[in-house]
This record gives sequence, C-alpha cells and structure tokens, in this order.
Amino acid sequence: MEQFQGRVWLLGDNLDTDVICPGRLLDAPIEEIAEHALESVRPEFRAEVRPGDVIVAGGNFGCGSSREQAPQVLKAMGISCVVAESFGRIFFRSAIAIGLPVLACKDVAGAFADGDTASIDVEKASVTNVAGGAVMSGERLSPEMLEIITRGGILELLKEKTGGAQ
Amino acid sequence: MSQSRKILARHAGRESLKPGELVEASVDLVLANDITAPLAIEEFEKLGRGKVFDTGKVVLVLDHFTPNRDIASAEQCAFVRRFARQYSVEHFYDGGEVGIEHVLLPEEGLIAPGSLVIGADSHTCTYGALGAFATGMGSTDVGAAMATGKAWFRAPEAIKVNVTGKLRPWSGGKDVILYLIGRLGVDGATYHSLEFVGDGIADISVDGRLTAANMAIEAGAKNGIFGVDLQAVEYLASVGVAAEEQALEPDEYGYTSELDIDLDVLEPQVALPHLPSNAVPVGEAPKVKLDQSVIGSCTNGRMEDMRLAAEVLRGRKVATGVRLIIIPGSPRVYRKSMEEGLFDIYLDAGAVISPPTCGPCLGGHMGILAAGERAISTTNRNFTGRMGHRESEVYLSNPAVAAASAVTGTITDPGELS
Repeated sequence: MEQFQGRVWLLGDNLDTDVICPGRLLDAPIEEIAEHALESVRPEFRAEVRPGDVIVAGGNFGCGSSREQAPQVLKAMGISCVVAESFGRIFFRSAIAIGLPVLACKDVAGAFADGDTASIDVEKASVTNVAGGAVMSGERLSPEMLEIITRGGILELLKEKTGGAQ
Repeated sequence: MSQSRKILARHAGRESLKPGELVEASVDLVLANDITAPLAIEEFEKLGRGKVFDTGKVVLVLDHFTPNRDIASAEQCAFVRRFARQYSVEHFYDGGEVGIEHVLLPEEGLIAPGSLVIGADSHTCTYGALGAFATGMGSTDVGAAMATGKAWFRAPEAIKVNVTGKLRPWSGGKDVILYLIGRLGVDGATYHSLEFVGDGIADISVDGRLTAANMAIEAGAKNGIFGVDLQAVEYLASVGVAAEEQALEPDEYGYTSELDIDLDVLEPQVALPHLPSNAVPVGEAPKVKLDQSVIGSCTNGRMEDMRLAAEVLRGRKVATGVRLIIIPGSPRVYRKSMEEGLFDIYLDAGAVISPPTCGPCLGGHMGILAAGERAISTTNRNFTGRMGHRESEVYLSNPAVAAASAVTGTITDPGELS
C-alpha cells in the first residue's frame, strides 16, 4: 500500500460524527455536507483543506452516529488518511469499508502541531513527524482490513470475489 | 463464552470464538432508515446482484426526517420507497406504519433472542435487551449485507455489568445506562460487549432494558446484551416470538473489567453538555433555565416512558417559556397512550404531541434549538450542536426528570415537585 505524506489537521478527543457531518444535512449531497464539515471546531476547514491532507486526532475519533457520510465527506474533501489515538468503532469500520485509510496510534496527537507534515505507512502502522521526531508505531490493521482498503473499499472486493453481476 | 461471542460463533459456523478474532457471519436481519438506506442502496446496486439476500430479512424504516420536512428528505424517502417495492422488501415501514425503528422492531416481533442483527444506525444495539447480538454499521457494510446476508465481525471482549438491588422511585433503565457511561467514559467500552447480569435486572422492565441497551454505543460498546428471563419471555410472547429463558454464562476468557451498579442507591441521572458521560445525580445538576423539554426517541419513546411522563404531568402545567414536545415512539405506543388518556394529561399540561419521528434528537426537525437555547431531553446524545445551533445545549435525562423540569423550567428531581 502507498505511503501518505500530508499536512496535518490536528483535532482533539471525542470528535463525534455530528461535528464531522451535522445531522440536519443527512439528506444533502456530499458537496453540500462538505460546506459544513467540522465547522463547529474548525470553521476554516472547508476553505483551507487540500487534497492529501491528513487528520491527526486524539481519542475516540468519529464516535456517535453510524452515518457513513462522516468518513465519506472527509474522503471526498481529499483527506488521505486519519490517524487517531483511538476510534469510534463504527467510524473505523466504515472508513475501511469505503477505502479511507485509518490508523490507531497511541499518543499520536501529542507528537504533532497543526500544520506539521506527517508521513504515514498504513501497512507498517508507522507514523512520523517529518519535521523531526521518532517513528511512532500504531496498531497494525489485519490483512483482511488492509486488503479492503487497498482495493478501495469492501464493494470493490466483493465485486471481484463474486465476479460482479450474477 | 460471552453470550455475544456465542451468538456470533453460531452465525459464523464456529464452535467457539476468541476475543479479537475476525469472522464472517450470516446475519438474521439487516436494517436501514431514510438517512442511511439511500447510501446503502447505492452500494447494494453497485454489486449488481438483482435481489436482496432474503426479502423477509431486510427492514427499512422511514423514521428520521419524516413526515418529510423538505424536498430533499422527501426525495430520499421516495428513493427508498422505490427500492422497497422493486425488491419486494417485506418489512418496509412508511406513513402511518412508521415508528422510531428501535421502538418499532421489537413490537413487530422482528427481534428474537440469539439472533444476529445489523443496522445502519448506531442504536441498533437496543435489541440486546432481548438477548440478540445487535450492532450498528455504516451504509456500505449494510448495503453489502443486503446483497450477501453476511458481514465481517471482530469478536468482542466482554465487560461485565453486575446489577443488584431494587430501583428507587423515579429511577429506571435510563439512569442505569447514564450512570454506567459516566463510570466507563464515552470510549470506555470500545469494541466490547456489555454483558448485563445480576438479580437487580429483574426489577428493570423490558422497556427499561431496551433503554439501557440502546445507549451501550455511547460508551463506545459494540453491543449490550441481557439474558432472557421470564419477563422477557412474556414480552416476546406478547409480540408473537416464542422464546425460552436463558441466563448469560460467564466468559471463560474473563472480562476486561467488571462494574457493579446498586439500584438501591441509584438516583435519577442527568448528563450535562456535551458528552453522555457527563452524568451527575439530578440533585447535583446546575439549575439552568430551560427552553425546551423533549420526551421520546429510540431511547425513551416506549409505554413506560409515556406513562412516567404523564404521572409527573398530571394536574400540572409546563412552565412559561418552556416548549414540551412528547413523541410516542410507534403507532402502538401512540394509540395506547391515547386510549389510556395520557394525551389529555399532556395537552392539559401544555405539551405538543408529535407523531413518531427521530426528528429533534439529531437536529433534524420538530424541535430544533436556537443559539443559546437549552433543552432537557430523554434522547441519547448531547454532543455540540446535536439538537440544533452549535451554541445550544442538551441535558440528557429520564422521562420523569424531563417532565418535572418542563414544569419548573429548570432541571428538577420529580421527587421534589410539590
């Protein structure tokens, strides 16, 4: 799997899916949700996020609702990878299912300042602050999870396994 | 084995499962609603199977932004409606048949002990109250399961919750779970099953257990699960599901942690903004001025909740400046509340009675908060902006506390109403 190097958006603990994607927008297209993603904690996110940026966050990232629009909108806005100290399990699962790389890494939030550059190897579960600092080791994803992400999501994998339409 | 892993193993064709193992398992029921089904259907259609895995095992409930609040939500419902018709989905709930999904499905007799249920809704874990393994997933996983009847699972470690004693007046399942989340924290049970045991459970009604299991996700849990006792067997029989009593067995792999809850000393709890884990006894909650009180939701929209609210509101009036919104959670709860005369009590008190909808809980419609407004609510989340403006606040409580607080205009212990 490719490695990611990108500018860091540093976010705190318990960032829930209502903050990533407000509930009132759950009948809106992804482009409209993107106008409001993370606005209550980072109002400048929409205007300043660039393709390839990464999110580095504290514990329990993506807790709360099962709304898949949360990982979807981050992926659509160009976030290449989310590294957090821990994840809400439904967000974690959905990110894998849609092919958005995620990595749990203890104490990672303390190793970055907002705007730093992170280098991430999802397969090896390593995270480095390019400006200096040790290589941090996260929790390795299982081979099954890595395969889903590599194929770009569980649908692609299922299509391949079943030969598509039956 | 923990009950959760036992159910998972059986559905994966395995004798046993260790915590942490990844398995593919066959599911008994796949659920989605009007805000998660459209994405699931799009993914389902990409697979090109031409049919759902079982027309009797896919459940679609149009409950979140209904009755439709605007054109976009109406289009989403129209999309799901077309899908349900095209694929002959037997359990499709629309119009007057709509209840809030997790109030509705048990009443419809769709939840059986020992079954494996997944839903594109985080509160799918509600069904653990009836001895099912039930958990929330995203739309893509659910869309794939609609086609294949399967999903992958990580076998969870268990946390044991030992409940003893007898409930005090005005405390119930909501207080058990708010207190527990307060102890565990919002990520204290991540990836775990919460296994509820102990002789105190006999004192918690099935409605109260559904409330407690519903909020297992707010501690990060994959699911919460109760044994099936005589009370549960009788409830299940009343909805047409044959079941036998089954107690939870100890987990031979041990528990990550064990917590005790003594109902004898459990006071009604209030979770302060902006996390469900900010639970304090009602007497310690700040005396803030309230603008709204919401009684309902998949957490507290059942008959016991409706009756508790009425008991507090009987002969009383909602305080000036407070909007009390009561949402019976299903057509059955609505009709029964009406037949029992609860609507008269609500209306005399000055409440608004809403049709069954998730509406205000997730800031959708039917009770949105303005900047600076505060609500007490029997719903399940009080995250920043959850019920409206990002500068609004939500305090979580049981229905009796929400009703008493509507009467006084500030957070109030129902036992202290004169």
